Amino acid sequence: MNANAPILPLLIPLAAALLQMASGRLSFQRAVGLLATALLVLVASWLTLLADDGVLRVYALGDWPAPFGIVLVVDRLAAAMTLLTAVLGFVVLLYASAGFDDEGIHFHPLFQFQLLGLLGAFLTGDLFNLFVFFEIMLLASYVLLAHGGGLARTRAGITYVVLNLVGSALFLIALGLIYGTLGTLNLADVARVLTLPGHDRALARLAFALLIAVFALKAGLLPLSFWLPHTYSAAGAPVAALFAIMTKVGIVAILRVQAIALEPVMPDLLDNWLTTLALATVAFAALGALAAARLQALIAWLVLLSAGTLLVTPAQASTEVSAAALYYLLQSTLAGAAFFLLAGLIAEQRGKVADQFLAGPPLRATWLKIAFLIVATTAAALPPFSGFVGKLMLLTSTRDVEAGSAIWVVILISGFIVMAALARDGCYLIWKHKAAARSLPGEPVGWQRATATLLLVAAGPLLAVGARPLADYAARASAQLHAPGAYVTGVLGAGATTTGHGTRP
Amino acid sequence: MEVLLSIAIGVLTACGVFLILRSRTFPVLLGLTLLSYAVNLFLFASGRLRIDAPPLIRAGASYADPLPQALVLTAIVIGFGMTAYLAILALRALSESGADHVDAHKGP
Repeated sequence: MNANAPILPLLIPLAAALLQMASGRLSFQRAVGLLATALLVLVASWLTLLADDGVLRVYALGDWPAPFGIVLVVDRLAAAMTLLTAVLGFVVLLYASAGFDDEGIHFHPLFQFQLLGLLGAFLTGDLFNLFVFFEIMLLASYVLLAHGGGLARTRAGITYVVLNLVGSALFLIALGLIYGTLGTLNLADVARVLTLPGHDRALARLAFALLIAVFALKAGLLPLSFWLPHTYSAAGAPVAALFAIMTKVGIVAILRVQAIALEPVMPDLLDNWLTTLALATVAFAALGALAAARLQALIAWLVLLSAGTLLVTPAQASTEVSAAALYYLLQSTLAGAAFFLLAGLIAEQRGKVADQFLAGPPLRATWLKIAFLIVATTAAALPPFSGFVGKLMLLTSTRDVEAGSAIWVVILISGFIVMAALARDGCYLIWKHKAAARSLPGEPVGWQRATATLLLVAAGPLLAVGARPLADYAARASAQLHAPGAYVTGVLGAGATTTGHGTRP
Repeated sequence: MEVLLSIAIGVLTACGVFLILRSRTFPVLLGLTLLSYAVNLFLFASGRLRIDAPPLIRAGASYADPLPQALVLTAIVIGFGMTAYLAILALRALSESGADHVDAHKGP
């Protein structure tokens, strides 16, 4: 059982999706989906506990040994990301099962395929397999984005699909270059062959630069990020909440490739440009948040802001910075998702005005206002919630790095701008009413959606309370991530570091 | 053969990029298709070009690298599915907005 643990997070959503496709009944699909994601949370928690012993768990699919077959690799980082995906998937599905899934067809199987793609991307130890899981994730996300219909979603969908198809083409070119120069696509083997002589260093460098560019497109680094606010603000609330983790796939991929393959042989590949562009993304996103006219657009900009903040970290190549980044990633994903779900509920209560920042009918439910206050405080990184802890850890860890002062200035000023934007827009949503306006009767929130939203909203305070153990786990995960030697021997077996496959023709 | 293949990949990529930068969805779709052809050829070439060599390893016989062929097959299937979805999405945008501009608005 323990030996098969790494494959379980992939089998559960796959089996659920196949079952759901077999029967079109919504109640059956809901039950299967919720059961599967609940099971996924349990399995992912177990995997996270298992992975905490520091042993690299390598699962060779079909029992083909590492450089020849595809492997799944579970370290602390992969396990933690699996757990985050599972928790987010369960909560969002609970919310979506209260009626959103009925607005189009095939929501449930697509949701499971999206989870499959996300989990696979975190777990795989093979670069081509990473491409395949990216495509599974993207294909599901294309259709989920269009779920519910409407011109805005179609419009955002075309841009999103075209951009990602171009991204996939670049990904394949990068993989072709890597295979052509190094003769392998297994990440550990790539890292090993890179350290050996006998390959074209310039071509390998070009390949990795392309690979990082593709990940940057998925993560939303500035010149490649114009699609993100557009797309995330057009999607339905639960879909946008699930998308909150999609930018993080790109960031984790950059972190991993940087730590395992690039750091030992070309540590200067990310220097100078990545941190600058990431800080530009942060500034751009803060201004975008200030200019947003709708709550969901504002949150989309905040997701971009957190992605930009996280993209500052890979170029620092430091265990401490990566540890802070992991905590920040965890809390910003949950806070972003909570905000999207909450925005969906708030929009419904305000009738035609929806989530635009205009005076409208007052909100009926008081808990929505309190939840907004908590989530906004978390998102603006004000004490005492997890956003503050995350940002504090990140700033503390970057105090001594080379670009430290620039990082501090940009992140603190953009944080202030975001705070101002949230304060102003919160006033519109909560206090500014049309004269003599009455609350609208509207649809009731329902226990499912209320529970889902409150669970994610509670993550803000809870992650702040549990900051110590989480930060410790993040520190251990980061130490494991920044030990490429252990990763290579863990995947390929001891003694593999010195012998080559033989030179390529 | 290397020269011929690299010219083919270059021409396909150039045409693909040019068409992707057009403002209507149909040329963009064609451009993506051309680009994916170029990428598939490129991926295929990453296993080195061999004539008269089967992708099977047998003692003594010469063989071509089978892995890029498997990768290309995967890439073709994925690219085909994606392109089909984009075609449907473009048709939907056309019927919803009455224009085939990539931003789904009526424009030049």
